[in-house]
Amino acid sequence: MSLVQGLKCKECGREYPKEAVYVCEWCFGPLEVVYDYQRIAGRISRDVIMKRPQSLWRYRELLPLDGDPTDGLQSGFTPLVRADNLARVLGVRELWIKNDGVNFPTLSYKDRVVPVALSKAKELGFDTVGCASTGNLANSVSAHGAKAGLRRFIFIPYDLEVGKVVGSLIYQPNLVAVEGNYDDVNRLCSEIASKYRWAFVNVNMRPYYTEGAKTYGFEVAEQLGWRTPTSLVCPVAGGTILPKIRRAFQEFEQLELIPESRTRIFAAQAATCAPVVQAIHKGTDAVLPVKPRPLSESVDTSLRIGNPADGLYVVQAVQETGGWAEVATNEEIVSAIRLLAATEGIWTETAGGTTLAVTKKLIESGKLDPDGSTVVCITGNGLKTLEAVRDRIGSATTIAPTLRSFEERVLAHHLVPAATAAR
Amino acid sequence: MAAIVLIPTPLQRLTNGQGEVHADGATIAAVVNSLEVQFPGIKERLCDANGKLRRFANVYLNGEDIRHTQGEETAVKDGDEISIVPAVAGG
Repeated sequence: MSLVQGLKCKECGREYPKEAVYVCEWCFGPLEVVYDYQRIAGRISRDVIMKRPQSLWRYRELLPLDGDPTDGLQSGFTPLVRADNLARVLGVRELWIKNDGVNFPTLSYKDRVVPVALSKAKELGFDTVGCASTGNLANSVSAHGAKAGLRRFIFIPYDLEVGKVVGSLIYQPNLVAVEGNYDDVNRLCSEIASKYRWAFVNVNMRPYYTEGAKTYGFEVAEQLGWRTPTSLVCPVAGGTILPKIRRAFQEFEQLELIPESRTRIFAAQAATCAPVVQAIHKGTDAVLPVKPRPLSESVDTSLRIGNPADGLYVVQAVQETGGWAEVATNEEIVSAIRLLAATEGIWTETAGGTTLAVTKKLIESGKLDPDGSTVVCITGNGLKTLEAVRDRIGSATTIAPTLRSFEERVLAHHLVPAATAAR
Repeated sequence: MAAIVLIPTPLQRLTNGQGEVHADGATIAAVVNSLEVQFPGIKERLCDANGKLRRFANVYLNGEDIRHTQGEETAVKDGDEISIVPAVAGG
């Protein structure tokens, strides 16, 4: 018998069966999966989890399938890296980087949510999947859908970085570039989902899809030694992952897998598109949609969602855990990307730069406890957004293929910097 | 001629399965009232007890979110396309 009882409206509590429905017919509120925690408690334990393969499915009782998972069997369980070099620079005691930039196979946190959505879509009998995406989700649906043999329609804004476009096309989906921004793409996909019986992972599969994001939080807790950090800083675009990390901590606590979680959760957005941070700063949970600044003014594209569907829940999670939120400017984002690479050898995309830049600000302003443990959520890989840093990281020194040229042009100029670099 | 209104799946039971309907009205609020006359019950789905659009119901006029214009008082012309869209997750 399934451990999933059904779906329930987060706003008004009306209940729905486990189908491809995603909003409450009554109040338009989002639907959430309801589990039978009593039965789950009898099946799951630290030992049971730790004996399983290192993938997101080691927490399968807390994921919304009735049968066995079919997708992403190697996805998830990304490194949680102790970042002592970076901690020294920032002046904090215990710092961790949870690096979904090396998630398998498409190098972002989307490789958690997509396997759950596709496995569920197949359970529900769909043969065609789709998504609206700022890039990472497009890559992930393209790749996982290829392996699963599903027909794929992938919708993206027409002006995405080349890395994210190529990173979808290589898997041969039907890639549709929409003349508009992400919010336009999202609206169009909702309209298409109303007309065609396809599984749009972030539209009608949304209740199942978002559950996959919990695995990021489960892993953080397990990898920290079955505890949660003092503080956690997370980027916000549509607002899926941040509240789901909190939910993950709550579920582990309820199942007595970890002690009581008192983690303060902090939100990070780019200054060019920050509807959620604005709401938190105003002390309201009414997230007013904004129009993102034009691309020419914004180094970030991955967080560029002006109308975040789960923005309200981000605000609630931040407020209820005693966290806060900040924005990062273009310059701060790029500096933070460079800092993470230079100190920890981790190259993240602009979302990660935003998150680290905001972490730095929160430490400087005293909002984040420097004596506790802090997890910085890195959700994507820098290789996909070369444009963000290409002109801001210097260039190689070109020399003739002779020893003399090397000594004249390189060593003569770099004796001092070389010593610095070894530090 | 009137405005064209795109109805999302969750509301199509009220419109006899139609995904696209016509409705009169000089503003978004008036169009919602006109929908209510044709399809009784639809207004209380779209609006809260105070008659304001629910926070999870996104309404677009010719592709533009009405929260960026005059909200429910945004002017509507014949032939305009109004799309009612539930919020969706991001990516």
